[in-house]
Amino acid sequence: MEATVPGHADTHAHGHHGHPPSGLMRWVTTTNHKDIGTMYLWFSFAMFLVGGMMALTIRSELFQPGLQILEPERFNQMTTLHGLIMVFGAIMPAFVGFANWMIPMQIGAADMAFGRMNNWSFWLLPPAATLLVTSLFVPGGAAAAGWTLYAPLSVQQGMGMDMTIFAVHILGMSSIMGSINIITTILNLRAPGMNLMKMPLFVWTWLITAFLIIAVMPVLAGAVTMILTDRHFGTSFFNAAGGGDPVLFQHVFWFFGHPEVYIVVIPGFGVVSQVVSAFSRKPLFGYASMVYATASIAVLSFFVWAHHMYTVGMPVGGQLYFMYATMLIAIPTGVKVFNWIATMWRGSLSFETPMLFSLGFIFLFTMGGFSGLVLAMAPVDVQMQDTYYVVAHFHYTMVAGALFSAFSATYYWLPKWTGHMYNEKLGKVHFWLSLIFFNMTFFVQHFLGLAGMPRRIPDYALQFTEFNQISTIGAFGFGLSQLLFLYNIITCIKGGPKAPAKPWDGAEGLEWDLPSPAPYHSWETQPTVK
Amino acid sequence: MTKQARWGNMLRLAGLLLFAAASGWAQAEYKLNFQEPATKLAHDVYGLHMGMMYICVVIFVIVFSVMFYSVFKHRKSSGRTPATFHESTKVEILWTVIPTIILLLMTWPVTITLLEMRDSSNPDITIKATGYQWKWGYDYLKGEGEGIKFMSVLSTPQEQIHNTAPKGEHYLLEVDNHVVVPVGKKIRVLTTANDVIHSWFIPAFAVKQDAVPGFIRDTSFRAEREGIFRGQCAELCGKDHAYMPIVVEVVSPEKYTAWVAEQQKKMAASAADPNKVWTLPELVSRGETVYMQNCVACHQPTGKGLPPVFPALDGSKIATGPKAGHIDIVTNGKTGTAMAAFGKQLSDADLAAVITFERNSWSNKTGELVQPNEIKAARK
Repeated sequence: MEATVPGHADTHAHGHHGHPPSGLMRWVTTTNHKDIGTMYLWFSFAMFLVGGMMALTIRSELFQPGLQILEPERFNQMTTLHGLIMVFGAIMPAFVGFANWMIPMQIGAADMAFGRMNNWSFWLLPPAATLLVTSLFVPGGAAAAGWTLYAPLSVQQGMGMDMTIFAVHILGMSSIMGSINIITTILNLRAPGMNLMKMPLFVWTWLITAFLIIAVMPVLAGAVTMILTDRHFGTSFFNAAGGGDPVLFQHVFWFFGHPEVYIVVIPGFGVVSQVVSAFSRKPLFGYASMVYATASIAVLSFFVWAHHMYTVGMPVGGQLYFMYATMLIAIPTGVKVFNWIATMWRGSLSFETPMLFSLGFIFLFTMGGFSGLVLAMAPVDVQMQDTYYVVAHFHYTMVAGALFSAFSATYYWLPKWTGHMYNEKLGKVHFWLSLIFFNMTFFVQHFLGLAGMPRRIPDYALQFTEFNQISTIGAFGFGLSQLLFLYNIITCIKGGPKAPAKPWDGAEGLEWDLPSPAPYHSWETQPTVK
Repeated sequence: MTKQARWGNMLRLAGLLLFAAASGWAQAEYKLNFQEPATKLAHDVYGLHMGMMYICVVIFVIVFSVMFYSVFKHRKSSGRTPATFHESTKVEILWTVIPTIILLLMTWPVTITLLEMRDSSNPDITIKATGYQWKWGYDYLKGEGEGIKFMSVLSTPQEQIHNTAPKGEHYLLEVDNHVVVPVGKKIRVLTTANDVIHSWFIPAFAVKQDAVPGFIRDTSFRAEREGIFRGQCAELCGKDHAYMPIVVEVVSPEKYTAWVAEQQKKMAASAADPNKVWTLPELVSRGETVYMQNCVACHQPTGKGLPPVFPALDGSKIATGPKAGHIDIVTNGKTGTAMAAFGKQLSDADLAAVITFERNSWSNKTGELVQPNEIKAARK
């Protein structure tokens, strides 16, 4: 992709923008996509640490059988908040942060379409996070029904559940506004010549993800609102005694929940596609088929929700349908993996940190995909439902999938954001430690699940001890390794070797035509894409 | 020390640590797969899983050997110039069609097993399993043993859970009353729940069925061999989700007949004369047993509860106020809270005993007795 760049360097000459207010007010009032992107990313990293501390608390309790540090009720609060915070506080905002920073730069737009809405969608997050975290300290503690908030258990709980419901509403509003902004930006603000099928894969995957978010976040809001009215206003959506059905909640929840897992990982597909192509110094193989595969995964995600509910007692015809539909998803997912590998084939590969994390993503995400295929088989799933096998499976897709691709994206674009190169050696150490400890934590959980250890228990039978100990040690290793990442980022912001406009010789895309660090206002005059 | 040497030393140290850890764990017994199947269905599921896993492993190895070949051979550091190809409709079709065929081949055995799994028709014995927070109740509804009913509660002592006593062999997987079934007979299990969703899970039978409050679900199994099979509740059901195991004892038909006779005798004996007038010590002593099985998880041995979710009984208005209010809450529960309606679970004598116990324990000194016939009257 070639771009002509009509004078992006003279942005400082545009006096009419004035200067942003300094200090705290700059961040409170900003409508700049880069500022907002930065806030999203820091927010998500903070939440990643909070959710990570909760994970380590959970793993500490599980280091040995018996109750050591947490009473069961606290333990359930920890698993619930860990899930909610990681999904809605860490992973989703991280990718919205990348979208804010990169989509305008990648499509040649001056900013996001709706600056003030962008500011509002970020500033909704801290109150929501505060509600979630402080709910630990209210009478009765936080929600303890699991991140899935299954009724009627969630109807039974204390006011922490109401705070969680309110937080979910706020987070949903934020995501929906962010998505409207992203869709509008992509559809309306592309540079001349940048037609849809020339967009970088990251932009494509976000366009698809944004539609998914708009489609399903209201469904989640509806589900938690029904819990709220069952709790306080005498409705009986989920109460059989009043004519309701507890299983209704699961259907509504997973109609949101299954697309949600693709919301979490699809932007990562985009990142990996760009990174693999850049470090293979070869164009992405099968660009069009990548776009179609992503779109098919997104569409299929609406038709498979009840594979989370094989043991709930649905008719056998329902089980068969959901099983077949779920297996279909393996096909477009396979196409993506094959395309990535074909991109590498006969390329000229180098292995800087972004590439390492993307390779880790492909390798481990595929493992998560295969365990997903095993879980898709209803009779096998009946053995594995609600055991640690499921926990292992979704951490392969969420951590090795979404999180690794977020690391990859950070290292890939960090020079563009800060104007400095990060410490490559430290980045590689971060990758290898993450890879080893990740597998130490989660690979053994497959065995625990096969042997029948249920998830969400603070205490377990003696035969599960050894694997739990390995897993706990791995979790602490993984958690501590992330401090290297933090250190690397901070030093990269503060200084380090000057980054050229295009630090990766194989990288493609408009963002690399801008200087590093990218100017506060970029693409005030749109480039033309040939 | 050169950089390389330092790295080398660190690697060796890491290796040593790993080795030490591995040899320490090597003595431990590792379970790497499903529990040993005890039903034909569980054998089938075991086989399905192995087959699926081998297919996945083969595909995985093939696909990633290609990737790693690229990673090792197509390196920039070995001076390669990248190729420029970037699409081929032919291979795209190929790697769409081949997985589709593999998936189609997989569906056949899976469908057969699923249909077999869901066929719970023509059972020899039907048992209803009811999930309570946090124990299971069983009613033998049909077949030999019809009419038997009992509760099945975790029998692991609290001291083991709180690490003040060494843990027993079947820590957390032991209950007071086993579900006893005859070998080789088809057992249909109807599941339901009293409060929230639970899940009835016996890994060795490949049986897991959610128990949904207000609805009846079913599953079935036919055990091939005698033995004791242990499972746990598999659906998060609140505080003591980890503490409501399921134990099924599979016995020979003769032993089963003997067990049924014994249970029926026990039930006749425990159906105490409803008009018997109990003394305070009798009620308190029986009530303590009932309390320890049914109430202690929430209201605690001290009666102090875990406020604000699980209120204290010690000094509470209900446990020291009028009897009628106390009987009502224990019998009918309190909607919107974890307080269950124990009227459905306990006999009149047990209810009278536990209420009397609560009114005369800790600092509660009402001195009042509740007789079984008062419960009987209140139920109407």
